[in-house]
Amino acid sequence: MATTKIDMRPMPLPAEPAVTRKEMPIAISVRDLRAGYGALPVLKAVNLEVREKTVTAIIGPSGCGKSTLIRCLNRMHEAIPGAVCDGEILLGGRNALEMDPVLLRREVGMVFQRPNPFPTMSIAQNVAAGLTLNGVRDRSVIAETVEKSLRRAALWEEVKDKLDAPGVGLSGGQQQRLCIARALAVEPRVLLLDEPCSALDPIATARIEELLLEIKEQLTVVIVTHNMQQAARVSEYTVFMLMGEMVEYGLTRQMFTQPADKRTEDYITGRFG
Amino acid sequence: MNDAAYARRRKVNALMFTLTGLCAAVASGTLLAILGYIAWKGALALSWSFLMNLPKPVGETGGGIANSIVGSAKVVGLAGLIGVPIGVSAGVYLAEYGRGRYAFAVRYAADVMNGVPSIVVGLFAYALIVHPMKRFSALSGSVALAFIMVPIVLRNTEEFLRLLPGTIREAALALGVPRWKVTLFVLLPTAGRGILTGALLALARVAGETAPLIFTAFGNRFWDNGWLNPIATLPHTIYTYAISPYEDWHNQAWAAALILMAFVLAVNVATRLWLRPRST
Repeated sequence: MATTKIDMRPMPLPAEPAVTRKEMPIAISVRDLRAGYGALPVLKAVNLEVREKTVTAIIGPSGCGKSTLIRCLNRMHEAIPGAVCDGEILLGGRNALEMDPVLLRREVGMVFQRPNPFPTMSIAQNVAAGLTLNGVRDRSVIAETVEKSLRRAALWEEVKDKLDAPGVGLSGGQQQRLCIARALAVEPRVLLLDEPCSALDPIATARIEELLLEIKEQLTVVIVTHNMQQAARVSEYTVFMLMGEMVEYGLTRQMFTQPADKRTEDYITGRFG
Repeated sequence: MNDAAYARRRKVNALMFTLTGLCAAVASGTLLAILGYIAWKGALALSWSFLMNLPKPVGETGGGIANSIVGSAKVVGLAGLIGVPIGVSAGVYLAEYGRGRYAFAVRYAADVMNGVPSIVVGLFAYALIVHPMKRFSALSGSVALAFIMVPIVLRNTEEFLRLLPGTIREAALALGVPRWKVTLFVLLPTAGRGILTGALLALARVAGETAPLIFTAFGNRFWDNGWLNPIATLPHTIYTYAISPYEDWHNQAWAAALILMAFVLAVNVATRLWLRPRST
């Protein structure tokens, strides 16, 4: 294990983009976000801006707080007993931490590490769950949403003849796309993905990555990943986290070619992590 | 020397193997013996008219236990209607919201309740309902049985809800579904089969309870009349007939026992088959 000299310089500001390109407006702005479990702090004053209709990847070694950060964005963090969270997450001018978490989650959807279709529901029912559980009864609206969401998740062609089959009967990769369709069905403005491919094989992973590049045309995507190649492939912006701190944030291409921080460079070149 | 030790070890092994096997045979053989003996004794007195008729007046032979069968169905049915909703709701509370001292106390109380002798529960129902109303009643019997059901159903519901992977809960919450809807429309149906099985097994269990009915439902040699009058039940009829001095009643007690046993066994087997994991 190579010893890494710890960089004591103050945390750098988000890197200026090397090339001037059309900058999307800011969708989410995280300010001084601290979070943890009981007395154990996990995030130490994270500041971050996520741009609209882009893919932002959060990378970093295990236990660095990537998942905690992304789970704060739609307040799923609070679902864990003892979880604490403090700071500001601005979303369209409102502080997400002061919103009704139920309403917030309809705007900020989430896909988890393991595919988790509802075991008692069919494929169509799974996709429609966000609507039906919230009182939508109109069958034509539901059928339309199911098809549209499955198409957006690139799953329609594979399942259109077995919409009434159980969702858990699909393959792992299909289940994960089903979960993406389910999240898209409630028309969120932001989609969070917490290591969505870690339980999938390379082919299923490639399909999901393709899909992310498509859906970012319509909404903002934040993805936590262990896989640096994946971050490089799908994201425009990358956030590098280490021990609960945001070390560096910037354009992915720049971060992978000329990182501003020594720690980022060490991580990206595989010196640790 | 080594060979001798080995031979001795083999002998001890064979001996212990036989002993444990015998004990296992005793354990399972008891059930078979009970079943066989009741079936044999019960079948002698069992007949169509036994199932369809009221008891004859004391002293006459013949007659049936139709009122006890209907009475048991009524008392156990009402007990289920009272006990299952309370037990399931409390189980949901413990599994989904129960933290801290109150939940600990509830859980502990349920476990203690599970061990309370059923005759004590009967006494409690007597003090609570029979005494103030000044009458034995089907209602009081149902309440006594419901008291016995609640802790069983409660712990079973909690157990099955806890077995659900947390990812299901998360998936539903992340869709912007309020917590109560997640619990009611996602978690409960997912754990539904297990919860229902527990409720059925609890019903089967209380269907055989006698002690709590002695001074609540009380027994009745005629058709019962509404919920507020004494009512005949199978276990209580078996008890009364078995300790009577009449040979004819003894035989009828065996036949009634056979019917009760068949019911309990049928519920048990049916739920086991139903709950058997299926390939997807």
